[in-house]
Amino acid sequence: MSVIVTAPPGQAEVVEAPVRRRRRARERHQLAGWLFVSPFVVVFAAFLLAPLGYALYLSLYTKGLATGTTFAGFKNYTRAFSDPSFRKGVWFVVRFSLVLIPVQMAVSLGAALALDSLVNRFAKMSRLVIFLPYAIPAVIGALMWGFLYSPTFGPLKQLLSVFNTQAPFLLSQGNVFYGLMNIVTWQWAGYYMIILYAALKGIDPSLYEAARIDGANSWQIAVRIKIPMIASAFVLILVFALIGTLQFFTEPQILGPIANGTITPDFTPNIYAYNLAFSYAQFNYASAISFSLGIVIFIAVYVFLFATRKRGSLFT
Amino acid sequence: MTTIRAARRAATRRSAAAPAGRERHVVAYLFLIALVFYFLIPVWWLIVASTKDAHGLFAGSGGALWFDKNFNLIDNVRELFTYNHGEYLRWFGNSVLYALTGGIGATLISVFAGYGFAKYRFVGRNLLFAMLLGSIMVPLTALVIPTFVMMSHLRMTDTIWAVILPSLLSPFGVYLMKVYAAVAVPDELLDAARVDGASEARVFFQVALPLLRPAIVTVLLLSIVGTWNNYFLPLAMLSSSKLYPLTVGIGLWEQLASSNNGGGQSLWNLIIVGSLVSIVPLVIAFLTLQRHWQSGLTIGSLK
Repeated sequence: MSVIVTAPPGQAEVVEAPVRRRRRARERHQLAGWLFVSPFVVVFAAFLLAPLGYALYLSLYTKGLATGTTFAGFKNYTRAFSDPSFRKGVWFVVRFSLVLIPVQMAVSLGAALALDSLVNRFAKMSRLVIFLPYAIPAVIGALMWGFLYSPTFGPLKQLLSVFNTQAPFLLSQGNVFYGLMNIVTWQWAGYYMIILYAALKGIDPSLYEAARIDGANSWQIAVRIKIPMIASAFVLILVFALIGTLQFFTEPQILGPIANGTITPDFTPNIYAYNLAFSYAQFNYASAISFSLGIVIFIAVYVFLFATRKRGSLFT
Repeated sequence: MTTIRAARRAATRRSAAAPAGRERHVVAYLFLIALVFYFLIPVWWLIVASTKDAHGLFAGSGGALWFDKNFNLIDNVRELFTYNHGEYLRWFGNSVLYALTGGIGATLISVFAGYGFAKYRFVGRNLLFAMLLGSIMVPLTALVIPTFVMMSHLRMTDTIWAVILPSLLSPFGVYLMKVYAAVAVPDELLDAARVDGASEARVFFQVALPLLRPAIVTVLLLSIVGTWNNYFLPLAMLSSSKLYPLTVGIGLWEQLASSNNGGGQSLWNLIIVGSLVSIVPLVIAFLTLQRHWQSGLTIGSLK
């Protein structure tokens, strides 16, 4: 991809043009700019701002059978943050993110570095295979692993029967954390790997040659040049991983029916909100939960971006 | 040119033949081989399991990762397409409809908006773009329940629009297009076309659009995948099963299968072969379009 250096805005304008013509051109510019972004503005207002505002509105009211709809102020929020189900769910996804994301990042960074160091057909094929799960719906991914986890007809049984040990159930109370972690890593590491790989390919190879002349080995080049050079791509995928994991829904929802009760209706905040809304018709409280989760995630991501001080370079 | 490159490659290979370099390559190979196995096992299992009948699936002779003595794939597919008046095919058609309309719509909106943000300075641009960046951090599933309540007031839940319209929202697609357009479409080219008397629309369609093609393919693919794989939104919005996309339909079968085994019939075979069929279109799309999306994905890391 060729990078073209553009002139700073304003400089490219025709300087000698009469003032009137320039003003008309600028008005035309204004109008055209707005026309181009207007479809997005409509969708943005209808499906992001409106639901957000509506969620906030709903969350400030309660609906009772006898009392009807009454203003509740922040009661739904104090209820949410003292609700053991919600707190348990938030604690689970936070804990899950803290363990999962480093593993996921290590796998995708390791794969990207390994792929970057090899240029042959095997590397090309592996890149596609590692990326493959991205094209598979999370519903299907969860189902496949659910079967593979089965202690009675999964491959673990065969494997472990050689050693005369019984296969563990990877969705049992003690194991479900790791069982889910494996599924999510499998599902998303390839996508993150591709982003990192693309960033690695964008580095000027003459940097490596210079480092090699200075006596750096491959390992030092990877740690001192490659990883720092792809820092902004790394921050980007960390943000994606954080947002995705905190709103964890599909995999536990799908594995619920086959997990023998370890995945409860309040397993994650999103599952809890879904069940409140669609099993108990508590839309006001469910909205408060959704909104609280949104706030928690927004703050978490913002703090993360602030801590890495990549705000300026990532989103400008 | 090629000879120079070949010579240089030979030279680097010679220098890489130092023990440290070779060792590192061995490590890289071993790591990648392990990863390939790991990422392929579930897919391999799915292919093998699709060929089994109900008995073979749970107590077959070959175990979980090898074929049973009964090869039942054709029967499984036939049953998949005819079970319950062919509801699977209906779900498949719905998935195609939602993914194409949602994906193409989201891409069009992203191209227009991305170009507008990159190439025009209009009143409110900075505020709007700041809101867009903030919205990338908003978890979209948090919007599902309020959107559902909102749409139920408009009596639009349980229609195709309840799935398609919210799928048009793609702040990240707009962001990608903006970043790409800022670099790939030079201002001088646009100004030259304007001096020649081209209207803004013509400048966009004839000058800018061809330059944006790699980013368009990428955003299109990403948004089609996003809609095709989406589960939470259609699960919440749709109650009549004839409107389900594949993800929700297969989820429904799974629930039926694990609660009562589908009324005497083993649904698990259908779930497995249905899963296999459902991943085929996207896998083919990614394999055939790989040159486009692999170059397009650099956009996110341009900065």
